[in-house]
Amino acid sequence: MDSSKRPNRLFRNLSAKIASIPMILTAVVVFLGGTAWTVIYSFTGSRLLPKLKFVGFDQYERLWSSRRWMISIENLAVYGICSLILTLLLGFTLAALLDRKIRFENTFRTIFLYPFALSFVVTGLAWQWILNPDFGIQGVVRGWGWESFSFDPLNNPDIVIYGILIAGLWQGTGLVMVIMLAGLRGIDEDIWKATRVDGIGLFKTYTRVVVPMMRPVFVTALVIIASGIIKLYDLVVAQTNGGPGIASEVPAKYVINYMFRAQNLGQGFAASTMMLVSVIIILVPWAYLEFGGKKHG
Amino acid sequence: MKLRTKLLSAVAVVSATSVGAADLEVTHWWTSGGEAAAVSEFAKAFTEKTDHNWVDGAIAGSGGTARPIIISRILGGDPMAATQLNHGRQSEELIEAGLMTDLTEIAEAGGWKDLVNPPALLDACTFEGRIYCVPVNIHSAQWLWLSHDAFAKAGVEVPTDWHEFVAAAPALEKAGLVPLAMGQQGWQQNIAFNTLTIAIAGIDDWREVTVNKNADVAAGESFKAVFDAAANARELARESNVQDWNLATNLVITGQAGGQIMGDWAQGEFQFAGQVADQDYTCLPGLGINEILDTGGDAFYFPVVDDPDTQAAQLELANLLISPEVQVSFNLAKGSLPVRGDIDMSAANSCMQKGLKILADGGVLPSNDMNLTADTTTQLEDLMAEFWASDLSATDAQARYTDIIADAD
Repeated sequence: MDSSKRPNRLFRNLSAKIASIPMILTAVVVFLGGTAWTVIYSFTGSRLLPKLKFVGFDQYERLWSSRRWMISIENLAVYGICSLILTLLLGFTLAALLDRKIRFENTFRTIFLYPFALSFVVTGLAWQWILNPDFGIQGVVRGWGWESFSFDPLNNPDIVIYGILIAGLWQGTGLVMVIMLAGLRGIDEDIWKATRVDGIGLFKTYTRVVVPMMRPVFVTALVIIASGIIKLYDLVVAQTNGGPGIASEVPAKYVINYMFRAQNLGQGFAASTMMLVSVIIILVPWAYLEFGGKKHG
Repeated sequence: MKLRTKLLSAVAVVSATSVGAADLEVTHWWTSGGEAAAVSEFAKAFTEKTDHNWVDGAIAGSGGTARPIIISRILGGDPMAATQLNHGRQSEELIEAGLMTDLTEIAEAGGWKDLVNPPALLDACTFEGRIYCVPVNIHSAQWLWLSHDAFAKAGVEVPTDWHEFVAAAPALEKAGLVPLAMGQQGWQQNIAFNTLTIAIAGIDDWREVTVNKNADVAAGESFKAVFDAAANARELARESNVQDWNLATNLVITGQAGGQIMGDWAQGEFQFAGQVADQDYTCLPGLGINEILDTGGDAFYFPVVDDPDTQAAQLELANLLISPEVQVSFNLAKGSLPVRGDIDMSAANSCMQKGLKILADGGVLPSNDMNLTADTTTQLEDLMAEFWASDLSATDAQARYTDIIADAD
């Protein structure tokens, strides 16, 4: 088109563009640059210090033949799927109940949101004590006289990840509830009136009318929950430190342990690259559906 | 004018006092009762005998927690003035990158080469002919600690070796006691396994696997016996659900458990609890079978810093740590053996005397920290953590152990 207009476009909102340069630089240099650096060095035999001594796919072969990594992936999958479904379900249910114009709504909302104010380390330690067989739930119930009662997830390798899941849900559900509640408050009063006039049942109103209308809210909640799942680390460290044995290890812990304790940067980088790849594999189709679909529809 | 003079004189005073007197931040992971008592001996001596100040940088948690913090501070350009590390291959790359102070001059002036015994300790501090650390103690891991109280409750004699201990285990269980106390952490389980190896497979096979990384021996009959013994020990430790080593030692001290396989740092805990060797507890080096000790231990490294005052203070501290009086007071409190053979340790109790005798007889092995990289050690610890906490069979565990040894460098 008209070539004289081009510079104008570039310099429009100049001050805003200048103001965003630091953030753009941070994003490009720190995030993208750091990511590229990590991926490149994951193909090297770096130990304590990064060295450009390429070893091909050796680090990845070792990673995928390591039992600890396989257990980590398995745990993350179990934790991720359960936490995603249950957090959304519980968060929405709590929000819907609070939205029924009940008394003391503020009090309940504060109570449900309170765990979110605690760090993962505090949450993990608190739940380590609650689930302790001698002092926690099991001890209390046995003290009531039910001697055979047994609830000791943290010392059982088969179900330890569910013990961590309980703590994770307790911590994270409140935030999702608040987001959902905000979404519910955004639904126009007239819609409720209309459904009542049409004689649609309460449950059906929620599933067929309200939930589809809250799609953006669900997407927000989903992103927050998913990022929390991938980052799962401090909760495990505080609650079980990967035990018993290596039954509750998670990928992020593998990365940290191999980078610093085992002084094997290459192996740690390979593991973190795999974490990135798995995020991309999940995110790309979703982003395509979410953002690519709109152009056609 | 008057103000300027005041300011100038203030500056002069401040700079005058700062010459010579430096604050040295010293990081270490000695936080249990006995260990803290020992490190305070260092701090006391340093503050009293020099003009400098000891700034204590204790990091809670065992070496596995503290080491990454220490190393990332050095790598990140925020080095402390001195730090504890286990000498050996952990610091190889830090030295290679020129991040550690070269101590060769004061080592030669102080004649460390002649007085450090066994010489392997100084070798572990040496990199390409230069010395980079001060060994402060010898810690051996191959000890079995037994509670007299627990065996009295069970009505059996205190065992004199591992085989008797295993035979006495049913009586302990009958008395409602845990036969073997075991902290549920990979490094402790790895120590127990390694100790069983030296006792059961013998020193030659141990050397072949750990030093020469011979995977054929690791897959062989002698190691099968070790894994069977470990699987048996796993059953004896089933009811022990503590995490930290000093909590496991406490089970032995209070007579709730029969024994614990742990390094001689456990000695400090017994002492701290006011127990007397051979009266309240017994110690069996090498599980009473092969009386031999490895010579691991702690050493102090001095990261390179710019400030000349701190540099001078670093060297003073290095000299102090290895001086005879400090060696005696520190090692008596810690329960470890001194690094020099020329000092009077007659104040030591009977357990330490056993250790000193083995040392004098030359019954020493290089420690795992000297033989294996942190990478291999981590893999072994992961395997042991899984093995001791699950029902992984001895055969499967041996196969995976062999793989790790085959890949080790």
